[in-house]
Amino acid sequence: MNDVKCECGHVNPHGTVLCEACGKELMIGTITDQLIDMRYEGSARRSQTYNKTIIDKIWNFFSSVKVGVWLIIITLVASSLGTILPQEMYIDLPADVYYEQEYGWFGKLYYQLGFNNLYGSWWYLILIAMIGISLVICSLDRVVPLYKALKAQRVTRHEGFLKRQRVFGVNDVVSESDLTVIKKQLKERHYHIREENGDVLAEKGRFSRWGPYVNHVGLIIFLFGGMLRFIPGMYVNEDLWVREGETAIVPETDGQFYLHNNKFILEHYDKNKDKTFEKAINKAGEVVKNYQSNVVLYKRVGQNLPGEKPNLKKIKDYKVRVNLPLQYEGYSVFQASFRNELNKMSFALTNKQTNISNGELTIDLRDPQMKYDLGKGYSVEILNYFPDFEFAKNGEPTTKSRIPNNPAFVFRMVTPDKPKGETSFVAIKQTIEPFGDNRYKMTFKGIETTNVSGFIVRKDSTLWAIILGGIIFMIGVIQGAYWNHRRIWIQNKNGQVWIAAHTNKNWYGLKREIEGVLADTKLSVPIDQAQIEENEKGGV
Amino acid sequence: MAAISSNLLFISFILYLVATLFFGGSIKDKKTGNEKEGTNRWGKIAVLLTIVGFISQLGYFITRWIAAGHAPVSNMFEFTTFFGMALVGAFIVIYFIYRTTLLGLFTMPVAILVIAYASMFPKDITPLIPALQSYWLHIHVTTAAIGEAILAISFAAGLIYLVKAIDQTKSSKQTFWLEMVMFALVAVLGFVAVSSIFSGMGYHEKFNWIDKHKNEAVVEYTMPAISGPHEGDLLTKGGFSPLFEVPAFINAKKLNTVIWSLMAGLVIYGLIRLILRKRIAAALKPIVKNIKLDFVDEISYRSVLIGFPVFTLGALIFAMIWAQMAWSRFWGWDPKEVWALITWLFYAAFLHLRLSKGWHGEKSAWLAVIGFVIIMFNLVAVNLVIAGLHSYAGS
Repeated sequence: MNDVKCECGHVNPHGTVLCEACGKELMIGTITDQLIDMRYEGSARRSQTYNKTIIDKIWNFFSSVKVGVWLIIITLVASSLGTILPQEMYIDLPADVYYEQEYGWFGKLYYQLGFNNLYGSWWYLILIAMIGISLVICSLDRVVPLYKALKAQRVTRHEGFLKRQRVFGVNDVVSESDLTVIKKQLKERHYHIREENGDVLAEKGRFSRWGPYVNHVGLIIFLFGGMLRFIPGMYVNEDLWVREGETAIVPETDGQFYLHNNKFILEHYDKNKDKTFEKAINKAGEVVKNYQSNVVLYKRVGQNLPGEKPNLKKIKDYKVRVNLPLQYEGYSVFQASFRNELNKMSFALTNKQTNISNGELTIDLRDPQMKYDLGKGYSVEILNYFPDFEFAKNGEPTTKSRIPNNPAFVFRMVTPDKPKGETSFVAIKQTIEPFGDNRYKMTFKGIETTNVSGFIVRKDSTLWAIILGGIIFMIGVIQGAYWNHRRIWIQNKNGQVWIAAHTNKNWYGLKREIEGVLADTKLSVPIDQAQIEENEKGGV
Repeated sequence: MAAISSNLLFISFILYLVATLFFGGSIKDKKTGNEKEGTNRWGKIAVLLTIVGFISQLGYFITRWIAAGHAPVSNMFEFTTFFGMALVGAFIVIYFIYRTTLLGLFTMPVAILVIAYASMFPKDITPLIPALQSYWLHIHVTTAAIGEAILAISFAAGLIYLVKAIDQTKSSKQTFWLEMVMFALVAVLGFVAVSSIFSGMGYHEKFNWIDKHKNEAVVEYTMPAISGPHEGDLLTKGGFSPLFEVPAFINAKKLNTVIWSLMAGLVIYGLIRLILRKRIAAALKPIVKNIKLDFVDEISYRSVLIGFPVFTLGALIFAMIWAQMAWSRFWGWDPKEVWALITWLFYAAFLHLRLSKGWHGEKSAWLAVIGFVIIMFNLVAVNLVIAGLHSYAGS
């Protein structure tokens, strides 16, 4: 492909619409409107120039803003679909049960379409990826030629270029003193002024043209940060439950860190103390004021040998509260939830007829003893223990988990008058005596509970990219939105002085500025040719 | 302190109403509503009243903050009121850039409706649940609201554009949808009217009903039940019996409120039409006759340009920082988050269409209207209909 040499002497790359230097129309007949399309300065964009190979076609597809906007709209609509029903991560039941049970046929359909996990679905990720590709290609397709064109622009412009600017005006006579005033005024308004043979180009805010590209770079870094999460080890997200008084290994830390939970605290607002909130509390019932776990973080010292108690070094005491996570070496421990768990159960060994207690025992549900000696020949053995009792399908008692949600015991009660012992199966609210009528029973006396703090342990090594991307995006978007690229040309043509002006946005501001610049001169203010067109069309 | 606070809010509300009248006066009086002439006396009074009202509302905000010990942006009433205040603030800023009182005539009624709507929600000072106890509450919520308010100015400007540009002599798709926008605004007024009337009457009726898990529950209506709850059993003697019953998964009480609001909206709208004898948009046309189309188009576009970065910062970036601290993840696809993303994507598409596809003028004005609809959807529907982590805001 051949470069194009303009009559002004500047050599333009193939595909250029307006000469980079003087703005003369190079592709005759491509512009039919009365005003020049100034987007991208009429520079040679790859996508507008080549369309032969498959790479050209892919490039052209993704470089189109139309395609980009469609991708945004499709993503927008798809995202909204995911908010119709709760997403899978916010529900308590298994998804295949939940949606149909809660929302009937619609819920079932929603689940079958995979909308229960819409934002993690392959097609949603592909949409995001396509937006990413579009961002890169759109930006490259425009920023390089735009940069070159703005760099190559000359002060003196072609007549056709000036005439067909949106803001344009002609003056027959201009005194030298007026020109001086204008230049002074422009300088006061922070214009950068270049002169060539008495022609003037005043320009400011060119850097705002790079705003869109800078913010696109930010977005790409942000999306890249999102992708990093898929690399193992970059992102840790684990639940950790620790009972009061217990120490647990912090997961995914190679057994390096241990967390001891001293106490879990749940506070409610007190309407007598917080008078301001009295009405609201009366309406709402109880309002939680604080979820807090007082913890100690330990680090293991030396190697951990199996079976050996680890040697722990205290690192710090911390009160983990919502909004105030414990942070250490890249790990964060968040207060996420809590539950109340059965801890101890007390029974009395009672003679059924006399109802006389022959001694009491308290069973630690996490660590029950084999045998409890009550003295005077009375004792109780635990033959079997089901912390989370249920009947299996074959009718045998079994346990669902090791958490004592529903403890059940098989006791053997040994007494002086029944030295061989009587067997009794005891669960909450039920007692079975498998070998006939017993003389003794285990009377339920009470329970003790303990609090279990629910933590989320998180390490996110992708945050730096997210933060960097966010910052760059904000810089770019502000750069592009809050500044304008303005150019004013004052040039001698045919013995007249022509004034033309262009801005990438905020024409009102530009016109006001020109009025100010020309205020103390005899020059007439150039007119807005777009408004004339509008008037002619009868739009006003 | 709380009493001073609500009085200040009331004063600002009245001032906004009066200011709107003066904005109206400033248009009638003036020959051309354009760039070059200064504002006339009516307009100056209107702007002054607006500013005094804004300061009074700022006083409400500060005194309530002192009374509550936290920024009053933590429930539906407080947030929506703040949004109304931000809208007035955004208008004041844009006014001093473009100096057109016509924008005030369109923005102030919207702000008044927003504040009136807000005051239909419980006004008690609520304590903060643990997740909200963070200085990010102030930073994130206020910035997001200010961003949305600036974007809403583009809606007001877009509305002016459409009222002026659309040919009202024959009915078309454009006249229909523009009139729908007008009706929607009237329907908000309808909601405010019925809510105030029934709460003024102290209306209450109770139902026993069966929820979707087949449990018995009690629901209390504050408006006569047109739509009754599933297998509802009216407990209040002399209460209004429902005209129809809805399935258990639909919230009958909220639906009832919607029905009443629409009915009231239709009645008010009907009355307006009866008086005007033409479409509301057609009746507004003479008011906008002096403004130039490309001038309002630019105001609309500028508002998006100014509001978009603020919205991004408040509703996405600050939101992410806080979510990372409170919920341990910066993004969790909570409905409110998703709708903030949708709003952001929409305005991103708006900017691209405008910059690259040349969607100026009427197309751009419609987009500004749709953008405002999305913002309102996020404020109203997502809080009240789609429950999520942000649902505390819906109480």
